[in-house]
Amino acid sequence: MKSCNWNPSMTDMHHQDKQVELDLLKELGNIGAGNAATALSQLLNKDIYMNVPKAKIVSFNEMMELAGGPERPVAAVFLTMEGEIAGSLFFVLSLEDATRLIQQLVEDASLNKESLPQHEMALSALQELGNIVSAHYLTALSEAIGLLVTPSVPQVSVDMVGAIVMAGLLEISHVSDNAIFIDTELSQTSDVTAEKIKGHFFLIPFPDSFDKILTELGAK
Amino acid sequence: MNIVQVPQFIRTSGLGSCVGVVLYDATSKIAGMVHVMLPTSNLARTSDFNPCKYADTGVDHLLRAVINSGASLPKLRAKIAGGAQMFQFSSSSSEMMRIGPRNVEAVRERLESHHIPLISEDCGGNSGRTIEFNPDSGKLMIKTVNKSITYI
Repeated sequence: MKSCNWNPSMTDMHHQDKQVELDLLKELGNIGAGNAATALSQLLNKDIYMNVPKAKIVSFNEMMELAGGPERPVAAVFLTMEGEIAGSLFFVLSLEDATRLIQQLVEDASLNKESLPQHEMALSALQELGNIVSAHYLTALSEAIGLLVTPSVPQVSVDMVGAIVMAGLLEISHVSDNAIFIDTELSQTSDVTAEKIKGHFFLIPFPDSFDKILTELGAK
Repeated sequence: MNIVQVPQFIRTSGLGSCVGVVLYDATSKIAGMVHVMLPTSNLARTSDFNPCKYADTGVDHLLRAVINSGASLPKLRAKIAGGAQMFQFSSSSSEMMRIGPRNVEAVRERLESHHIPLISEDCGGNSGRTIEFNPDSGKLMIKTVNKSITYI
């Protein structure tokens, strides 16, 4: 079996500088998701926990693997950031977790993992939920950086994670095969079942915006 | 990009707007697949770009590789799948969002320019696909999240 020999260079940043920059991005993930967790907690009237964000420079393939493999079915809300910072933001849930989360909002017995892709009310609820948490994420991000970020209208999709996430990588793919990937996990432990519902934020700033963020934060 | 010979299969998972292009020679049972992300290498903003990423350079690259592996040019056939539109955006980025159909058009044009017959395709729509090619049968399996498995 032969594979493509072309190897993308990572970035020309020095390793140490890169670590400082990734730490800064982690902190942004922290601020954004922290605000989103508060919003989600108020919306559901439940406790929401947040883990320590991960920030990495990864190849597109690595990103798909981090998201559970390209074929993994997920429910995702996707929006693009416009304004002074451009990029993509995803809120990604497994089908089981999306169903359980939406159940808390719509309380429809016909809703399950299988019916979710065709369940208009559920998808609409997920879109609205995604809209609220993403808006809180981006507002906090925008305030922390001091640059204007305008979210697009959110889109919702139930499909393979690779197919979904690629839509947010197209803009980057013109210049690079790598992306900066900030992953934060939100979780909710329900009192009755003790089953944990987990959702992930994937923030992918576009290359020009990445430099702009670092400049604005005084790291460049 | 990968090249295989019987009994190996060749597979790519989670295709959205990307297009999976298979070139195969049914006699020597040599097949290759490339996973194309963007329609034209004119879009590349760097000179050292990955040729497999674009429809034009990707098809050319794959063609050279299958010929080098012993496939015969006149016997080469193509099958393609992918090019979905995962999201419907109406904003300024809409041209980028229509990338799936543009990828499919670009691949078709490139195959035509090399006079490679396109035997079958499963393109467009708004679902992600996983595809797997069997060089022995010449069948391309297509799997989506919501529908059953099909073969083209």
